[in-house]
Amino acid sequence: MTISLFIPCFVDQMTPQVGLAVATVLERLGHTVEFRPAQTCCGQPSFNAGYQDEARAVAIHALEVFAGAEAVVGPSGSCVAMMRVFYPELLAGTPHETAALDLAARTFEFGEFLVRKLGVTDVGARFPHRVTYHDGCHGLRELRLREEPRQLLRAVRDLELVECDEPESCCGFGGLFSVKFPMVSTAMAEVKAGSLARTDCDYIVSSDPSCQLQLDGWLSRQGKRPRTIHLAEILAGTAS
Amino acid sequence: MIRTAAENATARAAIMARVGEALRIPAPPPHGLAGRSTSPVDAAGHPSLAILPLEAARPWLPDGGATPAESLAVCCENLTKLRAEVFQVPDLAAAADCLAAQARQRDWRRVAWHAHPLVEPLLAGVPCVSHRIGGDAGFDKDTLEACDAGLSACECLVAQTGSILVSSQTCGGRALSILPHVHVVVATIEQVVPTLADAFDLTRERHSGSLPSMLSFITGPSRTGDIERILVLGAHGPKELLVILVGSHAAQ
Amino acid sequence: MTAALPSSPPAAGAAKRQFLHDAAEHVRDVGHREFVRRALGGYYTSRDTQKARYRDWEQARDAASMAKWSAVNRLDELLPRFEAAFTANGGQVHWARDAEEARRIVLELLATAKAKAVIKSKCMTSEEIHLNQALEADGYGVVESDLGEFIQQLRGEPPYHFVFPCMHVRRDEISDLFGQHLGTPPTDSPEELTMIARRHMRRLYVDADVGITGANFLVAETGQISITENEGNARLTAALPRMHIAIAGIEKVVERLDDLAVLLPMLATAGAGQPMTCYNTLYAGPRREGEADGPEEMHLVLLDNSRTALLADAEQRDALHCIRCGACLNVCPIFKNVGGFTYGTTYQGPIGSVITPHLRGLKEWNHLSGASSLCGACTDACPVRIDIHHHLLHNRRNAARSSPDRLERIGQKLFAAVARRPWLFATGGWLFRKTLGLAKAIRPPVLSAWLATRDLPPAPAQSFRAAWKRRQR
Ligand code: SF4
Repeated sequence: MTISLFIPCFVDQMTPQVGLAVATVLERLGHTVEFRPAQTCCGQPSFNAGYQDEARAVAIHALEVFAGAEAVVGPSGSCVAMMRVFYPELLAGTPHETAALDLAARTFEFGEFLVRKLGVTDVGARFPHRVTYHDGCHGLRELRLREEPRQLLRAVRDLELVECDEPESCCGFGGLFSVKFPMVSTAMAEVKAGSLARTDCDYIVSSDPSCQLQLDGWLSRQGKRPRTIHLAEILAGTAS
Repeated sequence: MIRTAAENATARAAIMARVGEALRIPAPPPHGLAGRSTSPVDAAGHPSLAILPLEAARPWLPDGGATPAESLAVCCENLTKLRAEVFQVPDLAAAADCLAAQARQRDWRRVAWHAHPLVEPLLAGVPCVSHRIGGDAGFDKDTLEACDAGLSACECLVAQTGSILVSSQTCGGRALSILPHVHVVVATIEQVVPTLADAFDLTRERHSGSLPSMLSFITGPSRTGDIERILVLGAHGPKELLVILVGSHAAQ
Repeated sequence: MTAALPSSPPAAGAAKRQFLHDAAEHVRDVGHREFVRRALGGYYTSRDTQKARYRDWEQARDAASMAKWSAVNRLDELLPRFEAAFTANGGQVHWARDAEEARRIVLELLATAKAKAVIKSKCMTSEEIHLNQALEADGYGVVESDLGEFIQQLRGEPPYHFVFPCMHVRRDEISDLFGQHLGTPPTDSPEELTMIARRHMRRLYVDADVGITGANFLVAETGQISITENEGNARLTAALPRMHIAIAGIEKVVERLDDLAVLLPMLATAGAGQPMTCYNTLYAGPRREGEADGPEEMHLVLLDNSRTALLADAEQRDALHCIRCGACLNVCPIFKNVGGFTYGTTYQGPIGSVITPHLRGLKEWNHLSGASSLCGACTDACPVRIDIHHHLLHNRRNAARSSPDRLERIGQKLFAAVARRPWLFATGGWLFRKTLGLAKAIRPPVLSAWLATRDLPPAPAQSFRAAWKRRQR
């Protein structure tokens, strides 16, 4: 299968290694991976702020970029949810509705793609550490991914998976929310990062680089361990 | 200055007009339906306005037991979890003994009751003053307030939730089951129904045409969690709920 | 009317300023946040235990949401049906277009009853219409009988949480409060504190002439009103006084008695982790012939107060499904971190953030929809499947349309224009990476909001697209 990478804008600029790890895993499984350089952003910053006309324009651009792709896979539950759940809503009743529904059906979050679409849980990775998993809210509640990432982690050799005591709590990122209501956002980070850290794990695994930014940002400021790591980096074996 | 009927009619008409206007645009069906529901669907794929019959929902709700014996067991288990005290006795004579023992043990001085074939036979052994609630003379609120216990019958017991359904018509009015510090319910095991839906069926059957002015599902003794979310029994209603169940399925 | 009522609207933007200020203050109070979280701890466990007793909770949510959906979408038919049945039962319906009209109706009823003492059980609609202030201004003594509401009344505060009104108050504060108002000796036992309130209140039930309650459901089929409570105070309020007045929003109608077989247990399980709330009582008019007791008159005030405005918004009409169980507050990370008062609304938490803009104006209250990370915990918790967190997005969209922030709009337009031009976007990304270090030093507003409490990693030397290009070579 030819898989088209969907690299969210901040992965492009801030965490390129995550995108590369996704490609590595998919190629190892025998698929062809392509990157369409015309892609930009999913439009979530506009959409979440209520600027739907602007979000729509960005969404239409994404539809054009990914036209004809066999499968689109992205390493962010949040941005994938934008395409899967909100594009069809945003473009309902417009000439782009069908294309939006079509793209929604072909777009997958990375872990979801492996488990649900490819039926793979063991990609042959080894990671000799104690880890906990942070559920990104969009992955958990818009895409209904809870077991999939855990299935993948349980199949990793020498990895110990533990759960935190606030498994369903949000990290408090929320896009612009994190800077429009910084004190509330930070309090949420404190609760979630605190809970994750209490597991006494070596790494916090996430499927959402935006949650990672928030959790690491807070943990680093507090001078606390552990740090986050993206699921794809563990599966690719590229984690440092 | 009293608001006139005409003023009320004007307000009503205004609100109903707004409602009518608002509903001209249909709403989408509820978000995220689990989708396995069997509700009828209209031409546009929306659930029809004639809603799910309760029959469809019954198998999704908590279990109330499939046989009378099972329902009785579920009911007693739920009542106990709710911190009600359950006494199962074979017959009315034993029920009277049970009540007498409780009255002595708890040192009751006054017990309130109402006329009912299940209630009256129990009073004989009660070693304290008893006050009848209801009847022609009416009753004095202060007298009832001063009672240690209120003894009443019930319409039915609901196994599914451990609830006791009392009514103002058949259970001594509104206050008897709520004002005294202890509420004692006496019922036969045949009065246990599996689910809330069955309780509603029964109500309709028994009272159609003239509903009691109050029907109350009592689920455990009065409680509050208002202080630091810590459970305390006996907030305003009875601190204790005693249920005397007469009869046994095994014997039949 | 009276002067004590909130009448003149506050200055524009005041609600948002107050939110930001109170939120910041509350967040700093780590001990309090911890207290609230601990208080809710038991709820999660018992909720999960009770949910597990359902043979299919998700399908039960379907049934509950359909019952409300079908009723709300047929209010035009069900309201008159309810009214006819309620009247046939001997009750009287009073229609109130707004808060002022509702207050006037209640005051007039009290006047006809020649009431001296009024006892109330928990009623959020009465909070909504600021009834107590109006009654007190007219010289009526009103006592809130629900323990939490009573404590809040003594403290001179509105409810903190619309189901758990005083969950933010510590027992020692309650002990002091009772000592001060009731002259009772100090105690640190919740049980003893509850008994103090119990003893204090019993006399008041017996002496009150009028009892005021809310209503959770209005049953069109039978003309009954249904009241859900744990303490028994509503039962007493509707049993002993001569007149019973209930106040309810028009959206409380359900079609059939059977609907309650689904809604009553689900309300209790979702909101408080109980199999059923302790007392679920159906009232059909005043005392009947042959009944031992009960009020001589029963009145119901049916309140619109902008509910029809919400009804007119088909997209968010499901917000009227709300059965005020409180589940969405209990799971909301915003609520748990900013506390109930910060909202400045009658209805706190996620559902309050959805409906308040409809009830009190979008321009002034849209910040509540912004104050959310859109995590969706509320929507998952809601027993009647209200699309809560998506409605926050809808409110944001409506606000951006009707009263956009000028600067933000320019920024958004610019962003969209760039995001449609790949080379520009890539260049922008490059510029961002190259200047991030500098920006961290200068701290422009948005970045400084982040950096005040959180670090930002250094930008990598290479973007993904550059790395990819190199990899493919
Ligand atoms: S919105 Fe849903 S969860 Fe929140 S109070 Fe209303 S019914 Fe309960």
